Amino acid sequence: MRTKRSHAMRGLAVLAAAGVLATACASERDSSSGEELNETKPFVFAAPGDARSLDPFYATDGETFRVTRQIYNTLLKHESGGSEIVGDLASSWEQNDEGTVWTFDLEQDVTFHDGEKFNAEAVCANYDHWFNLKGDFQDSNVSYYWQKIFGGFAENENDDLPPANYKSCTAEEEFKAVIEVDKYSANLPGGFSMAAFGIMSPKVLAAQADSEVTGEPGAFEFPAYSQDPAAVAGTGPYRAVGWDKASQEIKLERFDEFWGEAAGIKTIIIKTISDENARKQALEAGDIHGYDLVAPADVAPLQEAGFQVPERGVFNVLYLAYQQEGNEALEDLAVRQALSHAVDRQRIVDTILPEGSEVATQFMPDTLTGWSPDVTEYEYDPEKAKDMLADAGVADLEIDFCYPTEVTRPYMPAPRDIFDIIKADLEAAGVTINEEALPWGDYIPKTDSGGCSLYLLGWTGDFNEAYNFLGTWFGHYDSGWGFRNDDIFDGLDAVANEPDPAKRETMYQELNVEIMDFLPGLPISHSPPSIAFSADVNPPTVSPLTQEDFSEATWK
Amino acid sequence: MLRFVVRRLLQLVPTLLGLSVLLFLWVHALPGGPEYSLLGEDATTEQREQLRQSLGLNDPIWIQYGRFMGKLLQLDFGTSLATGQPVMTEFLNRFPATAELAVTAMLIATVVGIPLGYFAARYRGRLIDTSAVAGSLIGICIPVFFLGFIFKVVFAQHLGILPSAFRQTAGLDATHPTGFFVLDGLLTGEFDAAWDAFLHLVLPGLTLASIPLAIITRMTRASVLEVLGEDYVRTAESKGLQQRVVRGRHILRNAMLPVVTAMGLLTGSLFAGAVLTESVFAFQGMGSFVYQATQTRDYPVLMGFIMLIAVIYVLVNLLVDISYSLFDPRVRVR
Repeated sequence: MRTKRSHAMRGLAVLAAAGVLATACASERDSSSGEELNETKPFVFAAPGDARSLDPFYATDGETFRVTRQIYNTLLKHESGGSEIVGDLASSWEQNDEGTVWTFDLEQDVTFHDGEKFNAEAVCANYDHWFNLKGDFQDSNVSYYWQKIFGGFAENENDDLPPANYKSCTAEEEFKAVIEVDKYSANLPGGFSMAAFGIMSPKVLAAQADSEVTGEPGAFEFPAYSQDPAAVAGTGPYRAVGWDKASQEIKLERFDEFWGEAAGIKTIIIKTISDENARKQALEAGDIHGYDLVAPADVAPLQEAGFQVPERGVFNVLYLAYQQEGNEALEDLAVRQALSHAVDRQRIVDTILPEGSEVATQFMPDTLTGWSPDVTEYEYDPEKAKDMLADAGVADLEIDFCYPTEVTRPYMPAPRDIFDIIKADLEAAGVTINEEALPWGDYIPKTDSGGCSLYLLGWTGDFNEAYNFLGTWFGHYDSGWGFRNDDIFDGLDAVANEPDPAKRETMYQELNVEIMDFLPGLPISHSPPSIAFSADVNPPTVSPLTQEDFSEATWK
Repeated sequence: MLRFVVRRLLQLVPTLLGLSVLLFLWVHALPGGPEYSLLGEDATTEQREQLRQSLGLNDPIWIQYGRFMGKLLQLDFGTSLATGQPVMTEFLNRFPATAELAVTAMLIATVVGIPLGYFAARYRGRLIDTSAVAGSLIGICIPVFFLGFIFKVVFAQHLGILPSAFRQTAGLDATHPTGFFVLDGLLTGEFDAAWDAFLHLVLPGLTLASIPLAIITRMTRASVLEVLGEDYVRTAESKGLQQRVVRGRHILRNAMLPVVTAMGLLTGSLFAGAVLTESVFAFQGMGSFVYQATQTRDYPVLMGFIMLIAVIYVLVNLLVDISYSLFDPRVRVR
């Protein structure tokens, strides 16, 4: 008995001694200079969800792209901290008048993580690889963004797939790649900047030529190499060196032969903390050094406590949808106008949304080309709203209003609070509200199928092109909106096929005016999703598209 | 004894079969579907319908059930819709974390709860009794997420002596042959990693232990009080037996039967309770994984988890039944 007890005591003593030693080491490290810390202290960032793949091509989610954006480069990208499209692996680019031939002059002296040299052939190897995918790779859950930007494949194996809008990629010179498409698309050149089209080493593509998607249709397992840090190689400032799925931890290490400016901090750890409050507490406790999607209510307390919450630009929109088929009163434009006058959007911006938010006048932020200063605006005027409802013969209007629970979105950080303000405003105008709270999983189907007359939803843009906003909702009949307006549908179809950027700008502006006159819903706000960092880090430039480049971060 | 064990194991079959039917019907009766979480909010109705078709969600329900059971018999729970990985692989990756947390919580609940309940009964009406009763009431009443929040504010943020998240410090280089981090550190001689993992277990362990600790304390107290009034205890004391013998052989041993039963039920519930605790502490186990699955309607994960919990429940309670014989020889005779 004595022996057992002394073993246990010894074990505890060893653990305690190790603890003291570890604490001492930590204290020693903390006194080091920023440059030393860059080499020794990992930067730990908490993401709200797990990445799904280390090959971005298969992904559709921001958490995967947050990781792969550090590992890969794309032909084009968005400027640091902004939404303008600039060159990435392409130092410059041009399109022909028809918008069908895209010529990219490429950066030279670029090396992949596996030692392969980057050139035009590497670009074409990637694009041709994607274009020639077969079998289950053609499922929309495996190649979603390819299909969204370029349609189908060389040989479509499914009748539901659209024809491919991709003709060829040619390595005209060692560092000049030419990509041809069949017809102009409003998705270009924005599509070339999408993280899903990160350029992979041709050696990896060749080695994985026989890789397969397994599992059930719709719930595929991505190819094994996409889960293995050792099997992938990009050209980015970091290379993946570890992915501990059990610990939900991805480890990135500085790539010393990176062609651009070398990354500041040697090691980046991206951990998953799905709970919003747990992310905040982990930052406050020093367990992490940064996290995304800060609740607006936490911004001021974090700043007061000395944490950094840099302001992102806005690249999203939150709107109140008027579904016209569920309540016939909403078919009347005057009623939609009255409801729009009843809502105090400025109050929502001032009291609920984070610093930097603004009232939306149309369904896209003003950072996008095609935003119009001439749209009809619906200022807050409850008396006018009452009068208009009375004139329309619906002074006693009763209407269903849905909002989501258990969720925050970058454009909608506190759905219930936003709902409460709008509900109170509408009731003040004499409208009777039948509220319906739905979990996110039920909310989307219900709103999507036209089951809610009023509901809150929004959108964060993929790239800097107005069609990515307007086309998402108003390109054709959508049961979520429940209207048919051929002028708007045809207008968006025309702009989607117009290669001239100047003409497109005018067309978008006219469409914005038309949409806001028709008023399918009320754009409420553009709000920057907040991101927070500890006081001891020089954070990366924050991006309105949430495309932060962690290589810019350094320790102070 | 062997026949007893085999019989109990065979009872597992109809139990799980019935559960699988209920579970399958329940999950499919839920509104919405995985196509919404998979395709996001901008997908068209046609795209959603196409996905439902490819997932087989439009097939008659009995065909879907047959497909589900066929795979289940091969221990194939399908693929997680959220991660694209086999559910079994995800569970195996995360099971050690949840087991480590549940065992820690049960250890805390047992090691603290049984002595506390015993002394509360022994000194009924005194300060220790009042404190134990009040403390256990508080333990049962405070929601797990709130208790976790308070623990983090006090011990992680203000005192800074314990970590608030994860199973080990992010980026710590440690080898994990078993996935049980404390054990791994001790086995591999990486004692700093073992200490680090131990520190990360303290707050979630205490949080998860709060309810079982309260229940065990109260049950032990009630059971000991009952036994204390028995003739055989008075006889043992009056014939001058040592306190240690009276306490161990006559009081605790007889008082343990209902407590052990409760512990069996609680062990299973600890795995279910880990769902909240793990989310609060970003403790990467099955619980936090399942919590995310509930948000995204990840059917295969939800069904796999509930089946697994059912198996754990039945097996733990089988062990409890077997352990009865250690406390009460009459059970062995029967």
